Amino acid sequence: MFENIGEIILLFWRTLLTLPQTWRQRDKVFDQFFEIGNASLLMVCVLSFFIGAVIALQTGPILVERSLASAVGGVVGIAIAKELAPVMMAILIAGRIGSAMAAEIGSMRVYQEIDALRTMNINPIHYLVLPRILAISVALPMLVVFSVLVGWFGGAVVADMNHRMEIPFRVFFADLRDIVELKDVANGVFKSFCFAIIIGVVSCHQGLVTIGGPRGIGRSVTKAVVNSIVLIVIFDYILTRFLLK
Amino acid sequence: MSENQNNSSGVGLVVRGLRKSFGGQDVLKGVDLEVKPGEIFVIMGPSGSGKSVLLKHLIGLEEPDAGEIFINGEPLTTPEIAAKYRMALVFQSGALLNSLTVGENVGLYLTEHRWKPADEIKKIVEEKLTDVGLKDAVNKMPNELSGGMKKRAAIARALVIEPQLILYDEPTSELDPVSAVVIGDEILDLNHRIHVTSLVVSHDRDLAFGIADRIAVIIDGEIVTVGTPDEVKNFNDPRVKGFLHADFKRDK
Repeated sequence: MFENIGEIILLFWRTLLTLPQTWRQRDKVFDQFFEIGNASLLMVCVLSFFIGAVIALQTGPILVERSLASAVGGVVGIAIAKELAPVMMAILIAGRIGSAMAAEIGSMRVYQEIDALRTMNINPIHYLVLPRILAISVALPMLVVFSVLVGWFGGAVVADMNHRMEIPFRVFFADLRDIVELKDVANGVFKSFCFAIIIGVVSCHQGLVTIGGPRGIGRSVTKAVVNSIVLIVIFDYILTRFLLK
Repeated sequence: MSENQNNSSGVGLVVRGLRKSFGGQDVLKGVDLEVKPGEIFVIMGPSGSGKSVLLKHLIGLEEPDAGEIFINGEPLTTPEIAAKYRMALVFQSGALLNSLTVGENVGLYLTEHRWKPADEIKKIVEEKLTDVGLKDAVNKMPNELSGGMKKRAAIARALVIEPQLILYDEPTSELDPVSAVVIGDEILDLNHRIHVTSLVVSHDRDLAFGIADRIAVIIDGEIVTVGTPDEVKNFNDPRVKGFLHADFKRDK
């Protein structure tokens, strides 16, 4: 992965240079956006609900035993908004959408469709990479906002119904509002924007450098997902440590 | 679109000392050839002789290690010069974009460069598909087409560029004899109709001798001979004879 980091940065830079032509690619951006949202929404919903639920289940009884029931809403709220929703959604999207990007562009490369674009003076970065990166960098933060809300709801349901907590729904959200600020949610959303760019650039790059036949495509898909996840985790630490303290 | 877009007259092509190696293996060992404007020039050679690599250099998909390519006397060294001339490559596989319909594939060049309004693009696409006998395939997806139809659709896509030079990579490979003749006739027809320069890379002897004005034989990355079909047929070199007259041993 690290030997290709220069190429990945170069691809990102070249994509930035094509940004002024975004309007011309708006149909493709919208198609990709719909694809990402439509393909992931149900999964995001289920995953987020249960992440919220399990965080409440793991932390709630311990806090209640120590007479810290009022902290449950805040702990669940902060954990989901600042960390779990952005990271888990990014990992989900890397697996669901990053793999699809690498496979689609990789097969276009293997079957000479990208060469065909070049012979027609159509820039593959403009035609293939730009719409995907734009779409994912809008869709993932939106999915994260949705995930945060569903996650909080999941935590509230468990806190209310679990006999070791029995924190009423309204109390859970009142406690959550006391601790969680809008800035915490914004931090998570900003992180997810960075993760979206990582997924988009890494996956498109992996697609563009695919060689060989079906096996090469398979290898590219695996590398795209694994490399995206590794970079997401590394950048998660960097962003949390230096930018979003 | 440039002003001379509708003036489709062929361009001349000269290749001097073209060399290319991959991983230490020499694929092109100093290729020299000259293609005259408006002619059908066929490069023949066995598989692995460097034909397709040569073609990729001519269209700018590969950078040569050494050597020069001239189009109408101008060295093909900058994207600006390359952009000055309209060249199209018909890929061996067709290389149609599988996510687009045949019509969208054919109109892609015009749609992406926004040189014509949508209505006009639609008309041009229909016209080019009619030219290659695929009028009814406009809304089909590439995976619904046969091998021959894919190649004809790829030719239609090339025609939309109104090229001055069309490069064909193995246009009859994987085709039955009837479809191969249809493709060969298509190349001849285009040459007569729009006077485009056609450079065909093939190991199909019937196609080469059926359509070529001149033929070059490339073996192991070197041009062994260039001449008219008769001159090449009678060329006295064991490698060329071995390639042109290869036959089964059944009667022996």
